[in-house]
Order: sequence, then structure tokens, then C-alpha cells
Amino acid sequence: MAETTAAPHPSPLEGLREWIAEIGIPRVLIAAFLLLLFAIAVATHMDVASLLTDSLLRVGRNGLIVLALLPAVQGGVGLNFGLPLGILCGIVGCIVALNGAVTGFTGLLLSCAVATALAVPVGWGYGWLLNRTRGQEMMVGTYLGFATVSAMSIFWLVAPFHNPTLVWAIGGHGLRTTLTLSGVFDKVLDRLWSFQVLGVRIPTGTLLVFALAGLVVSLFFRTRAGITISAARSNPRFARAAGISDERTRIQATIFSTVLAAIGIVVFSQSYGFLQLYTAPLLMAFPAVACLLIGGASVQRATLTHVVIGTFLFQSILTVALPVTSQVIQGDISETARLIIQNGMILYALTRRGDR
Amino acid sequence: MSPPAGPTAAARARHALGQAAVPLLFALLCLFGIFAARITPEFLVREMLVRFSRNALLVLSLLIPILAGLGLNFGIVIGAMAGQIGAILVTHWGVRGIAGFGLAVLIATPVAILFGIGTGWLFNRARGREMVTGLIAGFFANGLYQLVFLFAIGSLIPFHSPGMVLPQGYGLRNTVDLLGIQYAIDDLVPVHLTLEGSPVRVPLGSFLLIGLFCLFNVFFLRTKLGQELRAMGQEPHVAATAGIRVDRNRIIATVMSTVFAAWGQLFFLQNIGTLNTYSSHEQVGMFSIAALLVSGATVTRATVGQALLGALLFHTLFVVSPLAGKALAGDAQIGEYFRVFVAYAVITVALVLHAWQKGRRAPK
Repeated sequence: MAETTAAPHPSPLEGLREWIAEIGIPRVLIAAFLLLLFAIAVATHMDVASLLTDSLLRVGRNGLIVLALLPAVQGGVGLNFGLPLGILCGIVGCIVALNGAVTGFTGLLLSCAVATALAVPVGWGYGWLLNRTRGQEMMVGTYLGFATVSAMSIFWLVAPFHNPTLVWAIGGHGLRTTLTLSGVFDKVLDRLWSFQVLGVRIPTGTLLVFALAGLVVSLFFRTRAGITISAARSNPRFARAAGISDERTRIQATIFSTVLAAIGIVVFSQSYGFLQLYTAPLLMAFPAVACLLIGGASVQRATLTHVVIGTFLFQSILTVALPVTSQVIQGDISETARLIIQNGMILYALTRRGDR
Repeated sequence: MSPPAGPTAAARARHALGQAAVPLLFALLCLFGIFAARITPEFLVREMLVRFSRNALLVLSLLIPILAGLGLNFGIVIGAMAGQIGAILVTHWGVRGIAGFGLAVLIATPVAILFGIGTGWLFNRARGREMVTGLIAGFFANGLYQLVFLFAIGSLIPFHSPGMVLPQGYGLRNTVDLLGIQYAIDDLVPVHLTLEGSPVRVPLGSFLLIGLFCLFNVFFLRTKLGQELRAMGQEPHVAATAGIRVDRNRIIATVMSTVFAAWGQLFFLQNIGTLNTYSSHEQVGMFSIAALLVSGATVTRATVGQALLGALLFHTLFVVSPLAGKALAGDAQIGEYFRVFVAYAVITVALVLHAWQKGRRAPK
């Protein structure tokens, strides 16, 4: 702020107001809240290094799933609440690897390959449906996701997998609620080239994958195909006159988003160490959407910067809130805080004027 | 069948069949489940008496926003919270019976009006995406509700009630016993039947009030406000140019729906007798909306009859599904997932059809 002295605004207060308006009030509030949490942590002599370690872990873990929203917004489909569709593809990919007991990087790659192979047709169908239901994409995505998650819950119960480490010990059929990845590809990326700085452990591999995927997405939107998708979003009529069908580009964007979500959950699970089935994917889209919005994105516009900043802010708050607030008050207020911040942020984005 | 009226009659028949296709499909599904699980009519009657009276009012609370063109009001969850606030306070004060229920309604109503105004204001700011806004608003309100009842009560808000508060001294317990107001309405006119040798409570009081409520909904359509709402639902632009105060009316419609949902939740709670403090309200929106849609109602059109039929069909499936799952696959869990799937799928299909038809009507 000190550098703005040369600006034409004489009053520093006005400069501050403009600066806040540019960044957005919610983002300022949330950043201030995060700083406050860290300040409390320092004041109460907590282990800040381990808090930062956990924050970084969760940023890497969730980054890809948040990134998956970016192509959808770019393609004009809006906030993709149908993320669970891709996530389910990724889970099936992991189960295939687990069932065949393919371990290490091979297992991770196999999961990603199966996940992608499933996510492409699923994303195509989903995109096709979203083309038929314009104007209600968010609602259709949300409920299609809900319905698919519950249909897949039935599938997990009757799925033809027989590996004894996956199915319930009693009865011999039906996949367990949580599958452990230890000894399979548990934390293979987190540990890759991992190192410590000032007591903070950096999960290099996972962060690199996040960075790499971010790079791929931003490079893609500079290629011909990517520019076509953005152009069709920002001006469908003009695009049609130029021979671009926005129906096609919307489907491409949806496929891209679904594939990223599928790979995202594979990366998430390797870092988390467990694969969660049944109702676990049901509400996974909402925190991801909140991350993107906290980063400063709107329903219409999102950039890679929004993804990175938003993921860092929101995931750090989620990580730090529980240990810090439990120093001050008893009980776990972090889940309540998450509900309020997450949904407050989405509501704010939905009700912003002049953003249709 | 006669030649002159041929095409119109056939078209009308096809239209009627199209309307009836969804409820028919559901009735068949229910029947299939009933036969598969060998459910006796007595059992079904006993279950449905209870479940229908519990849920009908909540389903009916969805009608007015649909009339006004707001779509399915996923925000009724917020109304249900208002009802629960009433139930919690009444239990705390130890007011029992019909007086307790009346007091709960008196408390819940102004709270629900405030909540409704807030929700309506949000809907006006998010025009065209009221449904997703209502859904998220419900989640958001749930966070605030938790903040109040899990943390503020007993610490910031003075509240001394060892039976209701957690041992730590603040925050409500997971369940609140509502024995004080249980059956307050159901037993207003005490009627007991004997089915299969055991007595069955017939909630005649509730049925009477549900009936009154249906009459109100029918009558409401004939009032000036009802006509204005209908005009808004059918032709929003024409309604605005005709001098109807659209924004104000949309808020009124949301307030009415929220208040009715609060009452509906109190109805539900007085029958069930326990309040799951942090989860009783969560699925109210989803189950009520799915119930309404099962009857063949759509995002833009729903009648009182459809609400009642839907409540009946959906809750039959709800009872039958786990039993059928157990009988067919040896696993009740499958049936439980199946009924949740049906609820979500019905909503999905209705949303898809709504958006699809709207897209086709709109010029490309």
C-alpha cells in the first residue's frame, strides 16, 4: 500500500477502498480471517510449521478438483456442480487398480487411465444433457450428481469385485465404505521429492502434479481449440457466424472438466490414503466451488489465479480452524464455519448483481 | 372415437396419459414392491396413516412458489428450521399439549416470516436461478442454525435446561424429546382403530387441518393475490407491464411458503415426538419436492390434488423399498439406497424436462 503515494487519489482511505473493491470484500474478509487464525496460532505457541505442512498437503490434495471447475466456467457451462460424475469415474479407476493389486506409480497411472477412459464418454453425455437444459445447468448438474452418487451406492453393494481386501469380511460381497490405499499407492506423489524447509514438509509430487495440470489447462486455453471454447462462451452468436458451434465447445469443456475431476479424485485419494465410497462424493462439488469463488471467480469468469488463491485460502482455513479454535473454545466449530463460509460464498456469487 | 372429435380426443387422451404416466409408473413400482415383499394391507394402512399426515403439509407448502413462477422452493428447509425453533422453546418452557403446540406455532410464524423475507430477497437478486439459490440458502442457513444451537445457546444465549443441553454446558443435545407436544394435533379428535389385533391411532385432527389447508390453497387461487401470482408465473413480463408489483409478490409467495413449511415441520414433529436437533430439517426439501414431483407435477405446474397424491405414492415407496430390497436381494441397504436414488432421480428428471421444454420454446 505504501507504493500508492504517487497515485492521483490524495486520501489513503479512498485508495484502500478501491483496492478492496478490486479484490472483492469476501476475499479480503477471508484472508483477514486466515491471518487472524495464524496470529492466534502464533500467540498460543502452536506448532505453526505443522499447520503449514497440513495446509500445503490439503492444497495439493484438493487443487485438481478445484481446477476441474475452470474449463466448465470457461466453456460457458457455469459452476459445474456435477463434479461427482467425474469423481465417480476416478473412484472406479482406483478400484480397478486396487482389485488387480497394481501398486506404486503403475497403480496410480492405471487408475488415471481407467478414470480418463470412463470420464470422456460420461463427460460427453453430461455435456449433451447440459446443452439441452440451458439456463438450469447448475441445478441439473447438482441433482444429476446426487442421483448418480446414489445409483453408484447400489452398484458398490452389488459390484462384481471379489478381492478380499475390498469387500466386506462378512457376507463376502459389497465394497467397504472406506478402502485403504496403504501399500498400494498411498502417498506416492506426496512423498516424491518431498523435502523440509524450516520444519515445513513440502509434498512436492502432489504440488507438481497440480502445477503441471494448471499449466496444461492454461496452455490449452491458448491453443486453437481452447480459444474456440472461450470465444463461443463469450459471444455464441458471433462464434456461430464464424462457423463455431457452441454446442460442441460446451461439450468439449464439460468433458475436460469431468476428466480433470476424475484424475483429481485419484490424486486426492493417494494423498488422503483412503478411497471413500457410497455417500462420500455426494457433496464434494460444493467446497470445490467455494474455493474457486473465494479465489475471486464469478459464475461467468474464472482464471488459474482464482483457482490457486482460492484453494490456498479456503483449504488453509479448513486446516487451521480446527486446531486453532479448539484452543479458544471447546467443541469442533470448524465444520460449522465451513458450512457458513462455503455456502455464504456460493450465495454471494449467485446473487451478485450485473453478473448474469 | 367419433370422426369429428377424433384428433382432439386422441390428443386429449394422449395428454392425459402423459400427465398420468409418472404417477402410474410409481404406482406400479409400489405395487411391485408390495408383492415382492408380501406386505399386508393392514401394515401399509398403518404406515401410511402416519406418514401421510406427517408430510402432507410440507408438500403443500411448495405449491404457492410454483404458482408464482419461482419453481421448486428448495428453501423450505429454512421454514422447517423456524418450526424447530418453536418446538425447542416450547419444550424448554415446558408448555404441553395443544397449548404448547399453539405457542410453538405462534413463535415459529414470525420467525418464518423473517426468514421468508430474507429468502425472497435472495430470490429476487438471483432471478432465473431461484432453485439453486434456495438449495444453497438452505445449506447456509443450516450453518447458522448449527452456530446458534450448537455453540451460542447456553454460552452467549442464556439457556438453562440440563435435560436439553449437552454436559459441557452449551449446545443442544442431538435429540430433543418432544413428549410434551406429541400427538397434540393428531389426538385433537381421538380415534383409534384396531388392525391386526392392535390399536392404530388415526390422526383425524391432522387430516382435518390438512383438509382445511387444501381448501385454503384452492380458495387462495381465487383471491386477487392468487391471480396476480398466477399471472406472474405464466407471463412474467406481461405481469410486470400490467402493473403487478412482481418483486413484492415474489417475496410474499416465498414468505407464505416458508411459514407453511414451518407449520408443516411442527406437524411432522408433533407426530414423531422427537426432534433430531441437527438433522430433522436437512432432508425436508428433498423429500417434499420428490413427493410432489412423483405425482406428475412439474416445476411450473402443481395442484393440491397432485401434492396429496404425490405424498401418498412417495411415502408408500418409502415404506416398501427397504422391505422389497430385503426380500429381493437379501439386503435392506439396497432398498434404502434405491429410495434415495428415486428421490434424486425424480427431481433430476423434472428439472431436465423443465429446462428442455423451456429451451425448445425459446427462440434459438
